[in-house]
Amino acid sequence: MLEPISVSLASLNLVTLAPMLIAISGGLIILIIDLFKDGLHKSLYVMMTILVLFVDFGSVMGLNVNERGFFDVMLIDGVAIISQLLILAASILFIPLALTSKRFHEYSYPEFFALFLFMIAGFQFMVASDNLILIFVGIETASLALYTLIALHNRNNSYEAAVKYFTMGALAAGFFVMGSAIIYALTGSIELYQVADVLQDRINEPAVMGTILGGSIFLLAAFAFKLSLFPFHTWTPDVYEGASAPLAGYMSIVPKIAVFVVAMRIFGMYIDLGVEWVRILILILAVLTMTLSNMMALVQQDVKRMLAYSSISHAGFVMAALALDTTKGNTGIFLYYGLFMFTNLGAFAMLWISRHKNRIFHERYDHPYEKFAGLVKIMPMGAVVMGLFMLSLAGVPPFSIFWGKIYIMSAAVDAGYIWLAIVMGLNSAIAAFYYLKLIVYMFLYDPVQNDNTVYYNASRPLMTIIGIAVAATVGSVFFMQPLISYIFYMVSASGY
Amino acid sequence: MDNILSVLIFFPAVAGLLGFVVDKSSARVYGISVATVELLLAIWLWMSFDGTNAGMQFVELIPLVPDFGINYYVGVDGISLFIVIMAALMTLLGMIGMSIEKDIKNMIISLLFLEMTMIGVFVALDAIVFYVFWELSLVPMLYIIGAWGGPRRIYASIKFFLYTFTGSLIMLVGMLFMAYLYYSVSGVWSFSITDWYALVLPVNYQVWLFMAFFAGFAIKVPMFPFHTWLPYAHGQAPTIGSVILAAVLLKMGTYGFVRFSLPLFPDASVMMIPLITVLAVIMIIYTAMVAYAQEDMKQVIAYSSVSHMGVIVLGTFAMNAEGISGSIFLMLSHGIVSGALFMLVGVIYDRRHTKMMSEFGGLAAVMPKYAVIFGIMLMASVGLPLTIGFVGEFLVLLGFYKVSPIATILAGTTIIIGAIYMLTLFKRTFFGPITNEANRNLPDLDTKEMSALVPLVLIVVWLGVYPKPVLEPIDTSVKALLSFMEEKAQTPEAKETIILTKQTKEAE
Repeated sequence: MLEPISVSLASLNLVTLAPMLIAISGGLIILIIDLFKDGLHKSLYVMMTILVLFVDFGSVMGLNVNERGFFDVMLIDGVAIISQLLILAASILFIPLALTSKRFHEYSYPEFFALFLFMIAGFQFMVASDNLILIFVGIETASLALYTLIALHNRNNSYEAAVKYFTMGALAAGFFVMGSAIIYALTGSIELYQVADVLQDRINEPAVMGTILGGSIFLLAAFAFKLSLFPFHTWTPDVYEGASAPLAGYMSIVPKIAVFVVAMRIFGMYIDLGVEWVRILILILAVLTMTLSNMMALVQQDVKRMLAYSSISHAGFVMAALALDTTKGNTGIFLYYGLFMFTNLGAFAMLWISRHKNRIFHERYDHPYEKFAGLVKIMPMGAVVMGLFMLSLAGVPPFSIFWGKIYIMSAAVDAGYIWLAIVMGLNSAIAAFYYLKLIVYMFLYDPVQNDNTVYYNASRPLMTIIGIAVAATVGSVFFMQPLISYIFYMVSASGY
Repeated sequence: MDNILSVLIFFPAVAGLLGFVVDKSSARVYGISVATVELLLAIWLWMSFDGTNAGMQFVELIPLVPDFGINYYVGVDGISLFIVIMAALMTLLGMIGMSIEKDIKNMIISLLFLEMTMIGVFVALDAIVFYVFWELSLVPMLYIIGAWGGPRRIYASIKFFLYTFTGSLIMLVGMLFMAYLYYSVSGVWSFSITDWYALVLPVNYQVWLFMAFFAGFAIKVPMFPFHTWLPYAHGQAPTIGSVILAAVLLKMGTYGFVRFSLPLFPDASVMMIPLITVLAVIMIIYTAMVAYAQEDMKQVIAYSSVSHMGVIVLGTFAMNAEGISGSIFLMLSHGIVSGALFMLVGVIYDRRHTKMMSEFGGLAAVMPKYAVIFGIMLMASVGLPLTIGFVGEFLVLLGFYKVSPIATILAGTTIIIGAIYMLTLFKRTFFGPITNEANRNLPDLDTKEMSALVPLVLIVVWLGVYPKPVLEPIDTSVKALLSFMEEKAQTPEAKETIILTKQTKEAE
């Protein structure tokens, strides 16, 4: 007869699971409410979602650094905490955008909000574990929910986008599983800390290196899909174009933060073990990503596609910081995304402010540059705000992204990669051109004469979110010190 | 008032923000009043400035990001004091003389923000604060050129922006490396220039860092062969844009050499003298020749302004008190004279909407006041004794003679070639019979234009006859800079170059 398994509840340390459970139960509550009463207004669900996220945020804040829980599969270290905080903050910023004055399809489904919360729980699992299986479950939960959210936008190209993202995501998932399987085959473990111990002993055996190479190529490809790194970036512009503008902005931030944390855990381990070519591989990928996507962004005719390529380029920029594997570099990743979150979400939300049901300006694109021509004459504040976001994205000081840029460039210089810092600088200069192009259109050209074209979608929640984004973008210099010291403390506490 | 520098920096910015509320019809008066107050504040700064103290005065230090060594750190010494005053003066006079009617409110607001960045650059003592203002100055200028410029304004403004932006990003990498070196020596992050001064660097590091900073500064000056953006920017910019660009923005580059390159990298600076000399001499002679070949009055002035910037660079790298003081003085005089010349070309452009010399001739008879002021400014530009242009040019050439007589003689041709193209311009526009009927009834300068130009004429004559009140504080700070550089220099050549100039000084 089998021994009854006795596990004390205290040893499970269930509090480490609390944040995810809050998000999941929040999603379930929304579904249950929908079951009992139909036709409730979306504002109810938006506010419910914000409240759930708020409680979630609070529970993450309350976690202790460096704890394990639930049979040691949960790992709450500093990185897990800041990445969860970033994910939740970005989600709280995003969800009020559903309350636009015009009715758009997807937000009238309560399922949208339930799926949204499940997705967040998935991301939280990804960042708060070093168990490869749990990470995989997190990735899949989040991705499946996200595919559906895209498709809910209910336009032809959003189905296309969702299917494209789904296919690519399935491929990436396959790669991830293959990579994990190789790690398991090599070390007999799926817990990264045990993997590190085993590899430490076996690193000098001749066959091990080749196997690590195989495994990390699979993993790198999987992450490159998720992070939209060259040459796996081709889905990004199409998917962003198909998704609604705020969701595209959201996709350029939150999933990437989560994947960066996982990549940091795995590749950071390899680099610490002295597997130098992983670093080289990542650097090559990062440099190619930022350079080539900048080139692509130069020739885009659609602002949303331009922003899509620009966020690829920013991801490449941050990927380079990952290769440094210094505390400062890893701090830079979170700092950069913390700042990028406000600016990029703001920029995408600004596209939303003048959305049309039909394409008026261009038969192929929703947001061609012409649409923004002379915006300063039609919506002076709108043009100034968009201009601020563009300057910030270009890295013009003292706006927020500048600080992220110099922090990462400085990390590169410290680690002895001066050439990398110069490449980053030159890329920022190339990028400045396409951001300027939009500014030039908005401020220096005359509006396309075509009445009844401007179709305001500005609601008070949307204005509030954009106001917060502007405040964070312009006033960044005043909260850099607490932000840097907090992130640096958290990252160094978790040993990265 | 110890925090006068912060007031100077942020007063125009606050005024610019409030300016959004001011009604369009009153925007011009608002702008002029704000700029006047700013100039008065700048003069107050001068009055309370201690000319015998060579160090930084009115220093303010507020930590911004202490973990990363970034502080709001400003101060002023004899080198930067007068450039600040000139920036305030040229903004005010430019606004008074401005003839733009279209979107005047936006123009005033842009100018006020531009004024903030200009003053910020010259008083910043923290590299990041310097960089912030340096980059931020591009944005209003982009808008000024792009919105009020000529037919190819958009191309010109983007070219201006991208060119300078690229150069300064390389400079930023240099700054980050400098901060890292400071960190690795002292264990503390710091971007403050005065902390960096204490750092003695190996010569090979100095050379690379010098090159990184050079990329930023040389494009801004603009030095040959990076000067190609400037003729476009000037050609397309509205009058006010050209005035501010030539008078103040270009000085940021030469000021950067004096504030950063010389004291931070004394050995590399001495090593680079031959290269800089060659570039500067090419810049002086080549652009002067190009200026002679122009048909457009504004282009003549634009190229002549590049040519004179070459003299300023040459003086900076003379590594002695005459050369550097002269080059700083020349920055001021170049600012005033070229600013005035651009305004003068703007005057005629407003009347005839053309800047081609061939369209004019015999203007002296129709517009006597205009001709007189133009003549005075032209003389000052050429460097005639008793005008402001002479003092600086003479000192620079005197200073550089100790470094290289041949280069000095070559550079001295600037006076001759300058006289040739300027007098040709003057002859073709002002003398001879009136060939074009459209010119017969042109009105002379009106009150607005006179009130912008006459103060400049007075300054040109005053500082030309009696430059001492300005030259003395400059000289005090420059001498302190040189003795500091001499102490810091490591290579024998550098020590020799800097000492040699000292001995000759004592021998006098």
